[in-house]
Parts: sequence; C-alpha cells; structure tokens
Amino acid sequence: MGDPLFWHRLQFGFTATYHYLFPQLTMGLAFIILVLKAMGLKTGEARYNDAARFWIRIFGINFAVGVVTGIPLEFQFGTNWARFSRLSGGIIGQTLGMEGMFAFFLESSFLGLLIWGEKKLSPKGHFGAAMALWLGSWLSGYFIVATNAFMQHPVGYTLLPDGTLQLQSFWAFLMNPWAHVQYAHTMIASVVTGSFVVAAIGAFWTLKGIHGEQARLNLRVGTILGLVFSVLVAFPTGDLQGKQVAKHQPITLAAMEGRFESGPRASLTLIGQPDVAQRKIENPVKVPAVLSFIAYGTFSSNVRGLQEFPEDQWPQNIELLYYSFHIMAGLGTIMIALMALAALLLWKGKLDGNRPVLWALMLAFPFPYIATTAGWAVAEFGRQPWLIYGVLRTVHGASPTVHAGHTAFTTLGFAGIFVVLSALWLYLIGREIAHGPVSRHA
Amino acid sequence: MEMLWFWLVSVMIAIYVVLDGFDFGAGILHLFVAKTNEERREVLGAIGPFWDGNEVWLLAGGGSLFLAFPKVLAAGFSGFYLAMWLVVWCLMLRGISIEFRSHVEDRLWRAFWDGTFAVSSILLPVLLGAALGNVLRGVPLDASGYFGMALWTNFRMGPQPGILDWYTLLVGVLVLATMAGHGALFLAWKTAGAVHERSRKLAGPLWLGVLVLWALATFATYTVNSGLFVNWQKAPLAWLATAIFLGGLGAVFAGLRQERPLTAFLGSGAFIIGILAASAACSYPVMLKSTLDPAYDLTALNASVGQHGLRTGLVWWFIGFPLAIGYLTFLFRFHRGKVKAAAEGEGY
Repeated sequence: MGDPLFWHRLQFGFTATYHYLFPQLTMGLAFIILVLKAMGLKTGEARYNDAARFWIRIFGINFAVGVVTGIPLEFQFGTNWARFSRLSGGIIGQTLGMEGMFAFFLESSFLGLLIWGEKKLSPKGHFGAAMALWLGSWLSGYFIVATNAFMQHPVGYTLLPDGTLQLQSFWAFLMNPWAHVQYAHTMIASVVTGSFVVAAIGAFWTLKGIHGEQARLNLRVGTILGLVFSVLVAFPTGDLQGKQVAKHQPITLAAMEGRFESGPRASLTLIGQPDVAQRKIENPVKVPAVLSFIAYGTFSSNVRGLQEFPEDQWPQNIELLYYSFHIMAGLGTIMIALMALAALLLWKGKLDGNRPVLWALMLAFPFPYIATTAGWAVAEFGRQPWLIYGVLRTVHGASPTVHAGHTAFTTLGFAGIFVVLSALWLYLIGREIAHGPVSRHA
Repeated sequence: MEMLWFWLVSVMIAIYVVLDGFDFGAGILHLFVAKTNEERREVLGAIGPFWDGNEVWLLAGGGSLFLAFPKVLAAGFSGFYLAMWLVVWCLMLRGISIEFRSHVEDRLWRAFWDGTFAVSSILLPVLLGAALGNVLRGVPLDASGYFGMALWTNFRMGPQPGILDWYTLLVGVLVLATMAGHGALFLAWKTAGAVHERSRKLAGPLWLGVLVLWALATFATYTVNSGLFVNWQKAPLAWLATAIFLGGLGAVFAGLRQERPLTAFLGSGAFIIGILAASAACSYPVMLKSTLDPAYDLTALNASVGQHGLRTGLVWWFIGFPLAIGYLTFLFRFHRGKVKAAAEGEGY
C-alpha cells in the first residue's frame, strides 16, 4: 500500500478502463449512425432517421461522459508518469498533440450540430455532421492506438545516452505496423459493442411488444452488423494481433497461454487454471497443435514457453493475463455463435417470434464490453514489466515526487466521481430507452 | 526553432484562456444575470455549442507542450499534483453540469446543476490563475529537474512556497475577475433582454475591479520576481504585448460606454492575450523558474526535444491550426446573432 507505483498503476488502469466503456460505444455508434443516416438519405424513408435520432441521443450522453472521463487520462501522463513523459514526450507527444488538433476539434465542433442541429440543417448537412463525428472519433482512435503501439512495439526512435527517446522517423512511428493491426482490431470491436447494444434494444422492444417498426429495424441492423463485425474482430484482425504478439512479444504469448515449457505442436488451452508457483496449468482442456497454428501458421511450429526467458522479463501478473485472454477469446466465440444464430433466424423471418434468442440478444450486450476490457487487459498486462517494450521498465516511469498517499487519495476521488457518473448515466440512459424512438412528425 | 515552439505553445494557451474564459465567465455570473429557467437556458445556449471545443485548446496546447518541452510538462504536472487533480475534477463536473442540466425537466435537478456549474466555474479560474502565479514566482525545481509542492504552506514566500500563497491567490483572484468581466461582455454581446441588461450593467464594475486587481498584481509581481521587469525593458515583443493589452482595456471601456458589446468583448480578448503574451515575452526563455537556483530553471532551450521532432510537429501544427480556426469561425457564423433559449427537450 505504501508503494507509489502500485497506486499509479491502479489509478491509470482504473480510470482508463472506466473511460473506455464510453468511447467504445460512441465510436461504434458513430459508425452505425452514419449507416442509418446514409440509408435515410438513399431511401428517403423516415424510419432510418427516426432510428438515427434515438441513437444520437444515446450517443450524446455517452459522448459527454467519454469526454469528461478522458480528460484525466491526458493529465496522468504528466502527473503520475512524469519520468515516462519526460523521456518519451518528444515521440508520444506527437500523436497526443495530433489527436487534439485533428480529432478533438472536429468532434467538438460538430457534436452540437449532430445532436441538436437536425431541424436547422438540411438532411445532407445533418449527414455531414454524422460524418464529421465518425471521422473525428475514428481518427482519435488511431492516434491513441498509435501511441499505445509505440509502447508495445517501439519504432522510429533513437535512444540517447541519458535515456531520452528521440524521434528519428515520424512516418515509421505513425505507420507502426503494430498500430495498423491493433487499430483494425480495436475499431471493429467498437462496432461489435455498438451492434450488440442496438440489437439488445431491438430485442427489448420486440419482447415488450412496443415500437414495432423501430424494434424490427434495430434488431435487423444490430444483428447483421453484429455478425459481420464479430467475425471480423476474430478473423482476420484478432488472428493477426495474435501473430504479432507471437513475433514481437513471445514472452507475452507464453504467459497469455500459461505455457511454461517450449516445444513444437503446441496445444491451445481452452480451459484450465494457471499455477505459476508449480509452473503448470491445472485441469486443462487442450486442443493439440492449434496454438502453433494460431501463432505461426503451421501446426508443427515451436512455441517457446516462459522457462526459456529470464524471469525478470515475465509479465508480473500471469494469472490475470491468462484469464483476461481466455475470457476475451471465449466471449468472442460465443458472440459469433449468437449472432450467427440470430442472423439465420432473421434470414428465415423467424427472429421476431423466437423469444429465447431475443432474450439472449437482450442480455448479451455486456459481452462485448467485457471482451473489450479483457482485451485491453491482455495488451497492458502483457506489456509488463515494460512501459515501452524492451526500452523502459514500468518501475522507471512514475513521477519521482508524488507520494503513494497522494495517488491513493486521487484514486479514491475518482472512485467517488465514477460512482456518481455511473448513477447519472444509468438514470439518463434509462429515461431515453423508456422514452423510445420518436418520429419527428409525431 | 525552440523559440518558435515557445511561442506556439503560448499562443495555444492564450487562445484557450480567451475562449474557455468566456464560458467560465458565463458560469461565474449565470446565477446573478440569469434568474429564470428560460434565462439560464439562454446562457447555456450561448456557450453550449462552444465550450467543448474551447476546452480542446487546453488539450491541444498541452499536447504541443508535451511534444516540444516534455521536461516542463513532466515537472509541472507532477509538481502541482494535487492542484492538477482539483482542476481536472472541476473540469469534469463542469462539463457534466452543462451537458446534463437540461435533460430532465425538474426544478431541483436543474438547481443542483446550476450550482455545480457556478462553483466549478469559480474555482477553475482561481486555480488556473494560481498556476500562472506559480510560473511567474517560480517553483522549487532542483537538480533532478522535478519538484513537489504542498497545496499550501504558510501562504508566504520563501524557497519552499506552497502552490497557494498570498501572491498566487492574488493572481487567481485577478484571473477570476477577468474571466467574470470577459464572460459578462460575451453574454452582453450574445443575449438580448434581461440577461443582456444585467450582464451589461455588471460589466462596468467588474472591469473596474480588474483594473484595481491588475495594478495590485503587477506591483506584487515586481516584488516577487523583479527580473521580469528587467527583461521587459529589453524585449520589444513585450512592448507590443503591453500595447495590445492596454489597447484592449481601452476598447473594453469604450465599448461599454458606447454600448457596443462586441467591441468590448474583443477588447477583453485582446487584454487577456496581451497580458499573457507580455508575461511570456518577459519570461523567455525560462518556462519554469526555480526558486532554489537559476541553474535549475527549465527553459525553452534546455527542456526541448530534438530538431526532427520540432520540425515534424511544425508541419502538422500548421495544417491543424487553420483547420481548428476554420471550425471555430464556422461555428460562430452558424450560431450568429442573439441566442434564444431552446425548446424543452432540445438543446442545452
């Protein structure tokens, strides 16, 4: 408890995890709103605009919470991770600065027009505002992912004798191959979150037997996008992300799988509990050779186990890393199966009447939130003990003059603020859902 | 190159203060100039489309500081740890109060957010002003390039001052008065009817207060850091900045007398930019002054990153900056004219 590093890590992890509950929905919804507005423009049918109007209100509330919970993250670079900022600011300051310049200005300028401007703007103008919000939020995503990608797989820099990282090639840094894969995986995951939420609301209204036309439309849009994107989040993007980890962070891959021994034809552990002290997995259910295939594309490849690496380079929390990875992958599989079933029923015209599947769709909306949170936990715990992989250890990144008590105090402060925000969010979102979609002419 | 970035960061921060300043001012004053729900919504309608974008200037300015002078960001943010989080919490509560207030049609709900909006809008300028005071006075930076400060100690000067002492609080109150005056002029410009009248009437006394506080703070700054005034004599840019803020001050009073609120509002913008630019010009190249030893000062020269980083940043900065100004211009044109309170269920 007296260790400042513990509190710095807890505070950043806690505030970042909480924050990301909101952008993952707004980035996904920005895309879905754009699709709905485009359909409305193309077909001229009011139901698309009615649906968009409902989701824009949900978007607005989530966006506001996303903005205010995002501010502390920007500040924490300087307040809590001063040594990291001092050494690498010349590099990651580029993407964080660009995010403000190119993404935040765009989003903040057109947000009001999207939410409140439908009457004042032409249909095309309102579509333009939706486009600006989609572009802004997805650009913002790229700059953040590129910043994280530098920490996962640093490129384009030179290390000066005093430990400072200096920008050597801006393009290499911005076009980090790690960032491309991670970005595709992250953005597609945000559309999965969006579609599951849209489908859940559609299912809720259908089960209640209210808002007939809108319920069907949301169910259809949520299910179709949900199936497409939950497949894409696994193949090819999740798969590529796994291969990338295997190539550049083999220790992380071993820890994610709880794999202690090296060897060819590595099996994939579906279920089991890692016992790090005994260096084995308890009660495993394994599929032979599949891990080799996932990591390197052939069933015979050697996948190195943790014992091949010095222990001071192992991620410190192997158990949490292992469980996070398996929860993410497991939920991903369940989500594909559920959406495939729902899409099949939709295609046969039987989804509206299938109450068990509607119940499942309604209750499944937390799955993508949990899977996304677990996915980021894999990325961040997997990067340990490094803050910048192979360059700067996490223990060397924190602020030297901030005491554990200070950070404990601010962490608790955030816990309090987040409780209040959560209550407000539940109340306001609940009101919107109860209020339901409204036609402009109604 | 370092000097250019010193000025780019200063420009971003100055624009931030002018823009977020008017919505801070609206928040400081709205309990007094807007009495009914309708009037409060007029005030919120005037700043609603802008406040979020205004705050982005803080993030973008911080981003520019981060990429060009990471040592200053690292030392300053960690050194002012507790004050920084007070600022962030106020920013969070304030944003939520603007966004959520009109969602629910309930008297108590709205009264609660009106109060939150006012309190956070009053605390923020005081804290940001105190931050400016700390930069002008200096902080106990040592050889490690870091410092740590208590929120307050004995409110006196010395090698180990607190973040809040009599001087930084005085600057905080000056900034509070300036933001209130700036916001009053903005509301006088953008609203009609009772809110316009009350804001206009309040602006005169507020600006007289600014004048008195400014004189006091200038004298206090002389006693705290007389070096700034020595630099002033050698810095032509500081003379220009002084001319701008004096001209701005003149425009404020002239605009008020002739009932031309836009002139007065632009004048108060010029006053803010000029006074910040003069502080920057007198401080250059020092960005964070050490109270222990001038050798520990963080300056634009010893705290900057390598040339490639600075040059690269410059390329996208000159693409992004006109875009940001373009959006702002578009927003002001789209929302031109006097504001009306939005219908129930819509708008801020």
